[in-house]
Amino acid sequence: MNKLTKLFITFISAITLMLSSMSSSFAKVDGEYIVLGAAISLTGKYSSNGVHTQNGYNLAVERINKMGGVEVQGKKYKFEIIYYDDESNPKRAAQLAERLINQDGVKYMLGPYSSGLTKAIAPVTEKYKIPMVEANGASRSLFTKGYKYLFAVLSPANQYLEVAIDLAVEKNGGKPVRIAQAFEQDAFSQDVRLGILDAAKRTGSEIIIDDKLPKELNDMAATLAKVKATKPDVLVVSGHTKGALTAIRQIAEMKVDVPMLAMTHCDAAKLSKQHGKKSEYALCASQWHKNLSYKDSFFGTGKKYDKDFKKEFGYAPPYQSAESSAALLVFKDAFERANSFDGDKVRDALKTTEMQTFYGNIKFGPGGQNTAKPMILFQVRCKGDTCENKVVAPTKWASDKFYHPIPKWSERS
Amino acid sequence: MDFLIFKAPILMVQASLDGILLGILFALIAYGMALQWGVMNIINIAQGDLVILGGYIAYTMYLAGIHPAWGVIVSPIIMFFVGWALYKLVINKVVDRDLFISILATFGIAIIFQQLMNFIFGADVVVAQSEYGTTMLFDNSVTLPNSKIFSAVVSILYAIALVIYMKKSRLGRAIRATAQNARAAKILGVDTEKVYAATFGINAALCGIAGALIAITLTLHPYVGLPYTVRSFMIVIVAGLGNLPAVAISGMGLGLFEEFADYILGTEFRIGAVFMLLVFILVYRRFKLSKKREYLK
Repeated sequence: MNKLTKLFITFISAITLMLSSMSSSFAKVDGEYIVLGAAISLTGKYSSNGVHTQNGYNLAVERINKMGGVEVQGKKYKFEIIYYDDESNPKRAAQLAERLINQDGVKYMLGPYSSGLTKAIAPVTEKYKIPMVEANGASRSLFTKGYKYLFAVLSPANQYLEVAIDLAVEKNGGKPVRIAQAFEQDAFSQDVRLGILDAAKRTGSEIIIDDKLPKELNDMAATLAKVKATKPDVLVVSGHTKGALTAIRQIAEMKVDVPMLAMTHCDAAKLSKQHGKKSEYALCASQWHKNLSYKDSFFGTGKKYDKDFKKEFGYAPPYQSAESSAALLVFKDAFERANSFDGDKVRDALKTTEMQTFYGNIKFGPGGQNTAKPMILFQVRCKGDTCENKVVAPTKWASDKFYHPIPKWSERS
Repeated sequence: MDFLIFKAPILMVQASLDGILLGILFALIAYGMALQWGVMNIINIAQGDLVILGGYIAYTMYLAGIHPAWGVIVSPIIMFFVGWALYKLVINKVVDRDLFISILATFGIAIIFQQLMNFIFGADVVVAQSEYGTTMLFDNSVTLPNSKIFSAVVSILYAIALVIYMKKSRLGRAIRATAQNARAAKILGVDTEKVYAATFGINAALCGIAGALIAITLTLHPYVGLPYTVRSFMIVIVAGLGNLPAVAISGMGLGLFEEFADYILGTEFRIGAVFMLLVFILVYRRFKLSKKREYLK
């Protein structure tokens, strides 16, 4: 390497260094940009949902910027997001949150994917008093810690399947039902379980099987054998995508007949695609569905969001993307109402949020959870070999009638 | 709800069959581990990840429209070469070293495999459909997925084939000789380097078979390898090295024990119960050994 090249390289690196330090010192509001920070799982075990989250964020940023951006004190600003890859690792996520706040000077945060990672980041944002709007951490324990800077646009985990129990009671002529449940031993699924316990208490229903599945387990044969022997009115399963896929596979293979089957993560597991007809009649909790009648001025309706998202990213948006997009709408609304970039003023504005987005109504409870949006249930229904998710509850949005009871395996083709 | 299994004894039949069928599959993975542990003195932490890779091979075939059961033939062939290559690249450098170094090396391999699989196949949980249907016994009160029966039968067939191969073939005898005394085998003209590579390849092939079976009976995900490593490790600890009948019995025994623990103690304790049993067996063994020593004195 001759002297000239060396000099050139030194020069370039000096410039890069200067530029990078410049951008970080202005990071909170950089010229016409409002800079948000997010640690997202782009690699590791959450990488598919991490990418869904990022796509949701990006679509909303692009849309808001294109439609005039955010108006604060009479000036128009645009959103920009600094992303880091948290490798699906809570420790890394917490480190990156520190880095975003301390080195990049970020003053406003967007949430990561999953309850576990949100739990790792929340104490950091709380410590630095950084408002965080998160869209993918539903665990109830996030909202009972008294966090003041955490706001979640999604319904908390304990609400996921409560509706299903109400539905079962309704179908049973208002009489209590017998519930069998199997939940993985992780924060999220156990919160879903707590919701079922509440619903059972409220309706006077009896829980006859209450299995907690170890995380390492990928065989549910024992639980399902118990279900076969006790014949409950409803079977509830939650164990992320692995739990959903295992349950459907083994229910079909062991010919377990239950009148009603309610689960979580059918969407993420692509149940109807991977298991086809075997998954028919399964009832699934979802945060969002494109057919709901919510509206806003950025994305229009759910159906329009679905179309735009497909055009941009080439696949139908799962609810993880929709709620992530909604988080940006909430931030925009809060900035404009606060009419300031002061962290505490933005937080106060977030606290009094009351709006409708294509994703649903948003109003934050005292713990930061969204109290204005109900969960919905859809049922997998098949025509020939193609299976689809049809909304069946709440009745306001139901596009199809809830099919009950599930026909016995001996009667299914 | 207490002790449902005693109220409905038919569940015992279901539990036993479930436990045995799954145990046989685990025994196959454990046998691979015992083999290379015995021959090369290497504890392979990447064992489970080799299994999952084998599963993804079958899954890829399934995506291409081939019945995933063919994976039990294709997957071991590919995996044999993967194992061979792994030996040539990494394992041959740690084979004569401290056990700790080989654990570290295979741990690194495990991480690389996980990330590679995540990169290539994505982080979604996937299943391959065999459409084998169900066997119903006792008036439909016991139901067994045919895919599980298929996987047990395939495991047994491969195990028998392997035992015969180890007894009769030249390479098999060389492997056994190396396991007994590598130095002596070398002096007598055995190419131990080749034996090691073949052993690691055979182990990977066994993992490939098991993986293909798991693709049609359970679920696949790039990061679920570790439970398979731990389970086969346990089976080997209980059974000892290089003894196939013992590995098979210990695999089935652990499977059975786990199923019954589920019914009696509760699902949340089934894996804990297996670990308790392991501790008990280790303590008991030590106790027996120390008695023997006293006797020898």
